[in-house]
Amino acid sequence: MRLSLMEGNEAIGWGAISAGCKFFAGYPITPATTIYNNMLKLLPPVGGVCMQGEDEIASIGFCLGASMAGLKAMTATSGPGISLYSEQISFAIGSEIPLVIVNVQRLGPSTGSATKGADGDIQFLRWGNSGGLPVIVLAPVDVKDCLVLTMHAFNLAEKYRCPVFIAANKEISMTRESFDPDALRLPDVWDRKMADPAKSFLPFQTPNGRFVPEFLPIGGKRLVRQTSSTHGPDGYITTDSEQIAANQERLMQKLRSAVDDFLFYDWQPADATDTLVITYGVTTRAARSAVQTLENLGKPVSHLVLKTLWPVPERLIKELAVPYRHIFVIEMNLGQYVREIKRLLPEKDIAFLGQMNGELIKPGKIIEIIENE
Amino acid sequence: MNSLLNPDRPPVFCPGCAHERIVQVLDQTFQTIGLSGDQIAIVTDIGCSGLFDTFFNTHAFHGLHGRALTYATGLKMARPDLHVIVTMGDGGLGIGGAHVLSTCRRNIDITLLVLNNFNYGMTGGQCSSTTPADAQVGSGFLNRLEKPIDICNVAGAAGAPFVTRASTYEKDLGNKLEAAIGFEGFSVVDIWGICPGRYTRRNKLTPKAINEQLGQLPPVDAFTTQNARKEYGRAYREEATKLQSTPSPQRIEAKYEPPDTSRHELVILGNAGQRIITAGELVCLAGATAGLHATQKNDYPITVMRGHSVSELILSKEEIGYTGIDKPSAVIALGQEGVNRRKKILAELTPETLVLKAANVDLPATEAEIREIDFKTHKVKSQDWALAAIVQLARTNRMLSVDMLDAALELRFKGNVLVQVREVVERFAIF
Repeated sequence: MRLSLMEGNEAIGWGAISAGCKFFAGYPITPATTIYNNMLKLLPPVGGVCMQGEDEIASIGFCLGASMAGLKAMTATSGPGISLYSEQISFAIGSEIPLVIVNVQRLGPSTGSATKGADGDIQFLRWGNSGGLPVIVLAPVDVKDCLVLTMHAFNLAEKYRCPVFIAANKEISMTRESFDPDALRLPDVWDRKMADPAKSFLPFQTPNGRFVPEFLPIGGKRLVRQTSSTHGPDGYITTDSEQIAANQERLMQKLRSAVDDFLFYDWQPADATDTLVITYGVTTRAARSAVQTLENLGKPVSHLVLKTLWPVPERLIKELAVPYRHIFVIEMNLGQYVREIKRLLPEKDIAFLGQMNGELIKPGKIIEIIENE
Repeated sequence: MNSLLNPDRPPVFCPGCAHERIVQVLDQTFQTIGLSGDQIAIVTDIGCSGLFDTFFNTHAFHGLHGRALTYATGLKMARPDLHVIVTMGDGGLGIGGAHVLSTCRRNIDITLLVLNNFNYGMTGGQCSSTTPADAQVGSGFLNRLEKPIDICNVAGAAGAPFVTRASTYEKDLGNKLEAAIGFEGFSVVDIWGICPGRYTRRNKLTPKAINEQLGQLPPVDAFTTQNARKEYGRAYREEATKLQSTPSPQRIEAKYEPPDTSRHELVILGNAGQRIITAGELVCLAGATAGLHATQKNDYPITVMRGHSVSELILSKEEIGYTGIDKPSAVIALGQEGVNRRKKILAELTPETLVLKAANVDLPATEAEIREIDFKTHKVKSQDWALAAIVQLARTNRMLSVDMLDAALELRFKGNVLVQVREVVERFAIF
């Protein structure tokens, strides 16, 4: 075995490069700054571009421009920066601009605690855009996930022409960790589907039976229009209510109907138990330790680790939960994703354990609430 | 050359609007230069000026209010050959002020046309960043309290090397646009015009008055020489070619047997400047040389060389799950500020934990086994205490061995630095 040692943010950088990222722009913010530092080392020497925006709004704006020019782009920030990104995120969703957005979550609200971890932005990432259309959010558990899920994030951004979030956490991103690169299962790299430039082109025309328009870059031979306004297939503003409704429905369905194609999760079922633990992100690591201890005590429980958080993998969660009566949802916040689990499984006994004090939830605390049930 | 105007989408401005004339002059300018539509991207934001991209058969990017320069910057960096033209009103200028200043400072090859008509036309004629204090606008008395900005002077002060004032109605407008588009760098043309739908309903403004007012403003020609420098994208690419590509992540060969394979936690507590984080990294590297998994979490304040420095390490043959510290095998206490940060952990230690402490550090009451290291007598400088302490820890053969640590030094340091750290290690290994 030949281990490598790096922090989560460095792994996100290498994942981006492996996925073909050619453009990065960011604004320094703890605990995401080291992603920018890494991209500055990685991109310019190989012909890519890494820029520091005057603020977060500029940073993501640069990325939207570069992405529309055909480059795979990424930006990275923390909660305060996501707040500033919000208007541009809505633009990327509605106007189908591929982009990877890393949110290295820190303890909020507001500027909160720069060096304390939390998973407090999980609903914010889903709903922090005007219009309420769905987004893809992937949540890494460790450094390996940071690398692999970042590659998947690029692939999904390209395939579905949408922003894809990595919901990291200070506790993963700034923790240095060993891993065996040979043991990683890296995905093939996907590129956005290009239109034939020899044929007539409408920037938002979707081929029959498909949800995603084919792409041509701004700056190529064929003229391309991009617009943040409500638009028809030609990229011009439209007031046709049928056209508007059809486009909104398409933007909704292109992700909702596709979620089973990008189900990232770990499933560790136990025999003879009526209890299921559901976690995501760094809290998974304490939960795994707790699950192991409970098994050693002769009280096994099953464990579902969700890495695709949005759109909610509804079919998966419902199917896996069938045999269980008691469900524990454990999150580094005061109760966010548990809302989705309660919505999906109204007949189950659902308990929640959360914490927002800047510290990791301890395995002992998880064992305690499960044992006391 | 043919007109680049889109015959299907003729301009739809209010009668008498200055913007319509600028559309025509811009089209004539494209023809004069000889540009085709695919060589141009028109980038716009919100407001009446935001309609410009729809009137031309060029590439088009229409986005959020005030943010047009951000998209234009990304486009230009990705496609250096593209002519990128941004149109923005005095509204976009105000809300996107930070982007205007930064684009001036960057000097990226973008042409910014400010369609300056002294109010927000589209939303009902409210005051903007250029509304005169004595104007009657849709913001009641508010504009009387603010001073309008002279964007040419601001842009010049911020480093734009091409700044020019223009009237929509002057004969020379086409020449000015041609010069701005032809300029390699950031060019700003502040084009004054009349908004008949809103502004001139309550304010008297004529082409003649615009001419007179422009003539009274200070000249901005000096910025051309004062701010002359290399274009941002060109300079960026020149700098980038000088850089070496980053080597792939280091792979560490497992060549030693670890003294123990179970989970071991180590906490190093010190003050800034004691190289606590580097010592922690060495412990991780040492673990990897014996095939042990490792995690390292650091805690330090925003200040450099002041405050606490804490590193929390875990080594284990198994992959590491929970990265918190539960029952440390060892604690290294070298600085009071670090110790004060982890008083709770120290107080809960059991006799199984080994604490290596510097003589001048006070610990809270603890049941742990404490060994004091006398750095002073052995003439070890404070910044080498952490290294010396992990050598001591390695000699106890609990979680890492001296061989593993030496291999870690080789992985982490090169040349003279390696020689120096080995000297510290050897000096310390004697007692």
